[in-house]
Amino acid sequence: MDLFDKLKILTDGAKYDVACTSSGVDRENGSHGMGSAVSCGICHTFSADGRCVSLLKVLMTNCCIFDCAYCVNRRSNPVPRAAFTPRELADLTMQFYRRNYIEGLFLSSGIRKSPDDTVEQFIKTVQILRNEYHFYGYIHAKAIPGADHALLTRLGMLVDRMSVNIELPSEKSLSLLAPDKSKTSILKPMGFITGKLQENRRDLVQYRHAPKFAPAGQSTQMIVGASGETDYQILSLSSALYKKYKLKRVFFSAYMPVSSNPLLPAADTPPPLLREHRLYQADWLLRFYGFEANELLDEANPSFNPLIDPKCNWALSHMDRFPVEVGKADYEELLRVPGIGVNSAKRILAARRVGPLSYEGLKKIGVVLKRAQYFITVNGKLNDGLRITQDGILRNLISQQGVEYLRGQSAEQYEQLSLFSQGRIGGREAVKCLRAGM
Amino acid sequence: MFACGDVVYEYDGTLDGFFCCVFESFRRKETPAGVRPFCSPQMTLSPVRFIETDPKKAERVRRAIPKKLSWEGMTLLEHAFLTFLEQKELFMLRFVQLGFDMGPNVMRHLTHDTVATLLKAQRHLYNESHRYKQFIRFSVSGKVLTSVIKPLNQVLPLIAPHFIDRYPEEAFLIYDETHGMALVYRPGQSAIVPVDSFERNDPDEEEQKYRDLWCEYYDAIAIEGRYNPKCRMNHMPKRYWEEMTEFCRERKPGLRRSGAPPVGRRMLDGE
Repeated sequence: MDLFDKLKILTDGAKYDVACTSSGVDRENGSHGMGSAVSCGICHTFSADGRCVSLLKVLMTNCCIFDCAYCVNRRSNPVPRAAFTPRELADLTMQFYRRNYIEGLFLSSGIRKSPDDTVEQFIKTVQILRNEYHFYGYIHAKAIPGADHALLTRLGMLVDRMSVNIELPSEKSLSLLAPDKSKTSILKPMGFITGKLQENRRDLVQYRHAPKFAPAGQSTQMIVGASGETDYQILSLSSALYKKYKLKRVFFSAYMPVSSNPLLPAADTPPPLLREHRLYQADWLLRFYGFEANELLDEANPSFNPLIDPKCNWALSHMDRFPVEVGKADYEELLRVPGIGVNSAKRILAARRVGPLSYEGLKKIGVVLKRAQYFITVNGKLNDGLRITQDGILRNLISQQGVEYLRGQSAEQYEQLSLFSQGRIGGREAVKCLRAGM
Repeated sequence: MFACGDVVYEYDGTLDGFFCCVFESFRRKETPAGVRPFCSPQMTLSPVRFIETDPKKAERVRRAIPKKLSWEGMTLLEHAFLTFLEQKELFMLRFVQLGFDMGPNVMRHLTHDTVATLLKAQRHLYNESHRYKQFIRFSVSGKVLTSVIKPLNQVLPLIAPHFIDRYPEEAFLIYDETHGMALVYRPGQSAIVPVDSFERNDPDEEEQKYRDLWCEYYDAIAIEGRYNPKCRMNHMPKRYWEEMTEFCRERKPGLRRSGAPPVGRRMLDGE
């Protein structure tokens, strides 16, 4: 089998893994070898589906002894199988890196013989890259559940980030769809890595040159829409993971039907992309905006509003906290205003120290007035000419994705929409005003 | 404090030249109607004053700016000079005047027209530099890596440290076609030099192999059910596609195996 076929097969097997970031670590090159790492991460291209391609994301092999129902590489799936040798993969990485195609390597694999064997293959590949080719670029490796801890430690010393996929958001779905995996078998390596990271941090305080264990931390991903969990359950789980396991990122992957199993959504179900998008927006709010999962959703409202983004949704149901006065509000209050982000909030703080603000000025700073105008006052005044009509508010607050969602609905389904949980504006009016606006 | 004159300053197009314009403007206590490099093709009806570049005067301005405006202000000026902002010199001159008036606080006047314009131009420069860190593609010919870019701003000084740090043992050349400049590096030495033209070599067998492998990878990584050309274009404007390996493929029939085109390529052709 030539390299082209291998690359195609093994990329195909890895593409459903969403994490492809190269962020979290800054490393300058000394003066030899090749490569460096930039903490903001660099996307080197975007594939036809609009996803960032930062790393060479392939499987070592797609042969697997497991039979997880949601996975393309499951034992019972009749697909062509292939495997890279460590040398082949290391050479390919170097050649791609040299041409600035990629930021580094993402190592994942099916389990050909045993978890230990797979991790040993990873270590061999990374050793060639780091020790022989003096490669200083980014390497992300999967920590294979069930592998020996000594091996995982060795791997962690060589790579930048490790991840264990939580796969499905609850134990029940896991036992149903991935009979060979269990919650404990997944959380155990995750806990082990967290422990190692903390231990390493202590070492680094004592000895500045102590070798670093996975300096970019660990991440995980879960599949959304393959099983029946609500958005609230998923968001609570990811917030718990951030707190308990100190994860750097939790990724969500809209389920793409890859098999026809009666336990899974039908093969022609479109992937729940809007849901995935809303989860990422909420994830952002948790990480950078100081929100808690139970502020955005709760038992009574367990799913996101498809029409407006989570921050707007939160603001609309907490109108008692608005409008805020931009000249006085503190950073946290500003961050909660729809249309004001991290950058514009910081700029507001800087600008108001040297003079009064105005709506015109806010626009120059980068505030999205279209949304923010309903939630702020400037020098005690609402925006001149602001007409508060339900139609207008709705048109301005509804997200681009929401508009597309509405367009996609057929005429009969319009009535089923409920825009606001309080039922302030009905679906029928929403559609009417949207039509008028388009 | 400054009277608005109707003269246009012409200078030699260097940053030191610009600093001499600043010197002149402060000495005469006037704001010129325009400041432009003397080679600029524009015609003007206003009287023109050519400002001689004097290293001593430039040095005085160079030393005064960090003191009065802060180092941040100095960086903003240096970066603004690399942008393609129209009449950037006039904005920069007004910014210096403002800074001498307000002191380091000038950097906080984010809603002031002059400051906001310069900061916006600087952001554009930063964004474009980042795009080139992402999308530059090197071709290996012999032992040298080469690449051609067509940026709007002069990004070479900003991207140079990134690539030098990344490829310390390689020799490489990045040719900026818009400005006729090139970043040339070999271990231990680097320079940005004017270059008139640049001949591309045809890829050798090895280079072609890795280009093809990369295209193969690019096609295979896309998920057909999530096809989203708008999202791709938002992250990666078409202006950059021209020089990117995955979008300029030589379609030589029979060179590689035939059969149905893969997903990514079909999506590509569909546009």
